[in-house]
Amino acid sequence: MTTMISHIFLQHYWWIIISLLGSLLVFLMFVQGGQSMIFSLPGNSLQKTMIVNTMGRKWEFTFTTLVTFGGAFFASFPLFYSASFGGAYWVWIAILFSFIIQAIAYEYRSKPSNVFGQKTFDVFLYLNGSLGPFLIGAAVATFFTGSQFSLNEMNQVKWATPWHGLEALLNGRNLALGLAVLFLARTNGLLYIINSVEEKELVARSVNKLTMNSIVFLVFFLFFIITLLLSSGFAYDQGTGTVSMEKYKYLHNLIQMPLVMILFLAGVVGVLSGIGITLFKGSREGIWYAGTGTVLAVFALLLIAGFNGTSFYPSSYDLNSSLTIDKASSSLFTLKTMMYVSFIVPLVIAYIWFAWKSINNKRITEEEMKTEGHIY
Amino acid sequence: MFENPDLALVDWSRAQFALTAIYHWLFVPLTLGLSFIVAIMETIYYRNGGEEWKRMTKFWMTLFGINFAIGVATGIILEFQFGTNWSNYSWFVGDIFGAPLAIEGILAFFLESTFVAVMFFGWNKVSKRFHLVSTWLVAIGANLSALWILVANAWMQNPVGMIFNPGTARNEMISFWDVLFNEVAVSKFLHTISSGFLVGSMFVLGISAWYLISKREELLAKRSILIAGIFGLLSSLLVAYTGDTSARTLAKAQPVKFAAFEALYDVTQNADLVAVGVLKKSEKKIGDKDLNDFVFKISIPGFLSVMTGGDQSAFVPGINDLINGNSSQGIISVAEKMERGKTARNLLNEYKTAKQNNDLMRAEGILGMFRDKKFNDEYFRYFGYSFISKPEDVIPGVQVSFYSFHLMVILGFYFILVFALALYFLFRGTLQSRRWFLWVALCSILLPYVAGEMGWVLAEMGRQPWIIQDLMPVSAAVSQIGSGSVIITFLLFAVLFTILLIAEISIMIRQIKLGPKH
Repeated sequence: MTTMISHIFLQHYWWIIISLLGSLLVFLMFVQGGQSMIFSLPGNSLQKTMIVNTMGRKWEFTFTTLVTFGGAFFASFPLFYSASFGGAYWVWIAILFSFIIQAIAYEYRSKPSNVFGQKTFDVFLYLNGSLGPFLIGAAVATFFTGSQFSLNEMNQVKWATPWHGLEALLNGRNLALGLAVLFLARTNGLLYIINSVEEKELVARSVNKLTMNSIVFLVFFLFFIITLLLSSGFAYDQGTGTVSMEKYKYLHNLIQMPLVMILFLAGVVGVLSGIGITLFKGSREGIWYAGTGTVLAVFALLLIAGFNGTSFYPSSYDLNSSLTIDKASSSLFTLKTMMYVSFIVPLVIAYIWFAWKSINNKRITEEEMKTEGHIY
Repeated sequence: MFENPDLALVDWSRAQFALTAIYHWLFVPLTLGLSFIVAIMETIYYRNGGEEWKRMTKFWMTLFGINFAIGVATGIILEFQFGTNWSNYSWFVGDIFGAPLAIEGILAFFLESTFVAVMFFGWNKVSKRFHLVSTWLVAIGANLSALWILVANAWMQNPVGMIFNPGTARNEMISFWDVLFNEVAVSKFLHTISSGFLVGSMFVLGISAWYLISKREELLAKRSILIAGIFGLLSSLLVAYTGDTSARTLAKAQPVKFAAFEALYDVTQNADLVAVGVLKKSEKKIGDKDLNDFVFKISIPGFLSVMTGGDQSAFVPGINDLINGNSSQGIISVAEKMERGKTARNLLNEYKTAKQNNDLMRAEGILGMFRDKKFNDEYFRYFGYSFISKPEDVIPGVQVSFYSFHLMVILGFYFILVFALALYFLFRGTLQSRRWFLWVALCSILLPYVAGEMGWVLAEMGRQPWIIQDLMPVSAAVSQIGSGSVIITFLLFAVLFTILLIAEISIMIRQIKLGPKH
C-alpha cells in the first residue's frame, strides 16, 4: 500500500512538473509572438533589428524549455511520448521543423555571406513565430478533445487515420486553443518589447497593436474555455481502469479542486491586468503580470487535464486506450530517481533569474544596436 | 508483438535517424572543443588583461556562435525522433532511456542556454569575472549534455540496471548508478568528448595556419596555435587512450561488433591485431552471408589477445565462434539464443493471455519467472533473438565496420603527429617558415570530422541488427507509420539540413576571411 501511495504521489508530482514546464513554455513563447510580428510591427529597419535582438536574447530559453518538456515527458510518462509522437507524426514533425529554422535564423540573418539573404531568415523567424505557438496550442488542445489512436496489449500505438495527427486541425476547439496560444504569445511579445526596448516610436506601435491582439486572444480563449467547461470530458475510474465520457467533467474538476480554480482565475486576472495597466495606465511592467498570469492559467489547465480521475491524453477512437497519469507513467523507481533530480530545479531557476537580470538590467537602445559586437 | 515489420519503413526510419545524427555530429564536436578553447583564452585575458587576448576570445567566440546554433537545431530532432520514428522502442525502454534525456535538459541545456546569452551579450553588461564564469559554464554545460545523451546511447549498446516487467511490456530501471556508470558509458563519454576537443583544436590550428600562410593576424595565430596545439595534443592522446578502453569494453559487451571491425572470423588464441588491411569478398559463407578475406594486411602478432585478455594466450572469439557457438569457450550459438529468446517471448504472450482470462495464478507464476535472475540471465537476455529469422542476420556489415574503425584509428595517430609537430615548430620558432606544414594543418581541419563520423558509423552500424543489444532489433522498434511519410520527412530533413550547412560554411568562411574585429 505504501508503495502504491508513493507511486501515485510521484505520478501526481511529475504531472505537476510537466504542467509547470508546459506553462513556462507557453509564457516563453512571447519570443515566438514577437517573431510573428517581425514584418508588421516595426516602422523601419532599426526597429526591426531591435525587435529581433530583444527576442533573440531569449530564444534559447524557449527552445531549452521545449526540449526539457519533451525529455521530462519521456522520462515520466513514456507511454504518452511513444503514443503521441509515434502516432501524431505530422503534427510533431511540423512543430520540429518550425523550431529548427528558428535556431539558425537569429544567428545567420545579419551575417555577411549567409547565402539566402536576410529576408529568408526573417521569413524563418516569422514561420516559427506563427506556426510554433499555433501548432503547440492545437496539439495541447487534444488533451481535452481526444485523438484517434488505439493501443494493443503491448502498449503499441496505432493511429486510426492516415493523417497522423493533422486531423486534429479539423476540430474547431483545437483550432481555437491554437489561435488563443498564438495571440497570447503575440500579446506577451508586445508586452515584452514595451518592457525591454528604449525607443519611443516602437513602444507606441507596440501599444497600438496590443489592443487588437489582446481582443483576438480573448475571443479564442473564451471560446475554448466556455466549450471546455460545458463539454463532456474523459473520466477515468481507477477502480475498474476504464475511461468514460462525463458531462461537464472539466467544470467538475475545477469545482472539485478549488485551489486549481483559484490558480486559474488568478492567472486570467494576471493576464488581463498586464494588458490593462499597459493600455490604460501606460505601465511598461505589464509583461510580468501577464507572464505570471499565463503561467498560472496554463498550469491550472494542465492540472485539470490530468488530475481528479481524468485522462490527460484521451483517445476518442478507443476510450480505453486513453492515457492517464497512472497508466502512462514510468516505474516507481524511475519517478523517484527523477524526483531527486528535480530538486535541483530551484537552483536552475535561480541562476536563470540572475543571468536574465544581468542581461536585462538596461533596456535595449538604438545606440546599443550600433555598438554591440554580437548583433542578430 | 512487433509482427511483420515493413522493411521499407525500417530502412527509411534508420536512414532518417542516421541523416540527423550525421548532421548533428558535424556541429556538436566543434561546440564541445571550441567552448573550452575560448574559455582558456578568456581566462588568460582575465588574468593578464591583454586586449589582444580579448580580441582573440571574441573572434573564436563568433565562430563558436555560428556553429552552436545549428548544433542546437539538429539536436532537437534527435530527441523527438525517438518518439516519432521509434515509438515501440520509446515504450519498451522509456522508463530507463527517458531519464538521461530529462536530466540532460534540466542539468545541462539550461546551464548552456542561460550562460550562452551572457557570453555573447554580456561583455558590457556584467563584470569580467561573471563573464568568464559564464563562458566556462557554457563549456561545462555543453559537455554535460554530451554526458547524458551518451549514457543513453551506451545503455542501448550495453543494457544494464533494469528488469523486464511483463505487466507493462517494458524494461524498468532498478539501478540508476548502474545505468550512469555503465562501463560502456564511461569510456564512450571520455572518448567522445575528447574527440570533440580534438575537432576544436584542429579547427583553431588550421585556421590559424591559414592566417600565417596569408601573413595576417600573426600574433593571434601563434597564440591560438599554442593553445590549440597543447589542448589538441593532450586531447588526441586522451582519444587514443579512451579508444583503447572502448575497444576493450566492446570486446566484452558487443563481441560480434568487435570481431566485425577486426574482420575476425576464426581465431582462438594468439590473435593478431590488424593495423592496416584491404578486404575482399570470400567464396566462403555463413548461411547466406559472404565472408571476407584479406587482400593484404599488416598485423601486430598476438596483440589482439594481449589487448582484450592481458596475454597472448587469451581467447578472442571470431564471428564463426559467435554465430555457431563454441562449447569449449562457453559461447552458445545464435540458434540456441533464438530458442531461448522465443521461450521468453512465448512466456510473455502466455502472461498476457493469462491476464485476459483472469488466470491470476498462472500470471503470477510467469511474473515470478521474469523477476528471477537465472531466468533473466539464461532466457530474457536473449529476448531480441526471438525476432531474428536466421543466425547470420546478427552479423553486422563487416566491411563497413572494418574500414570505419581502421580509418578512425589511423587518423587518430595522424592527429597526435600533427599537434606534436605544430608545438615543436612553434617552440623552435620555425612555424612560419614551414609552409608545407601550415598547408597540412589547414587541410587537416576536416579530418577529425571524418574520424568522428567514422566512430559513429562503427558504433551504430556495427551493432546492427540491434537497437538495444540482444533485446530489441531495429525492426521491432519502429513506429507504425507509412514508409511514404518517412520518405517525405527524410527528404525534407535532407534538403533543410543541407541548406543550413551551406549557409553555415559560407558564413564561417566569410567571418574567417574578415578576421577579428579591431
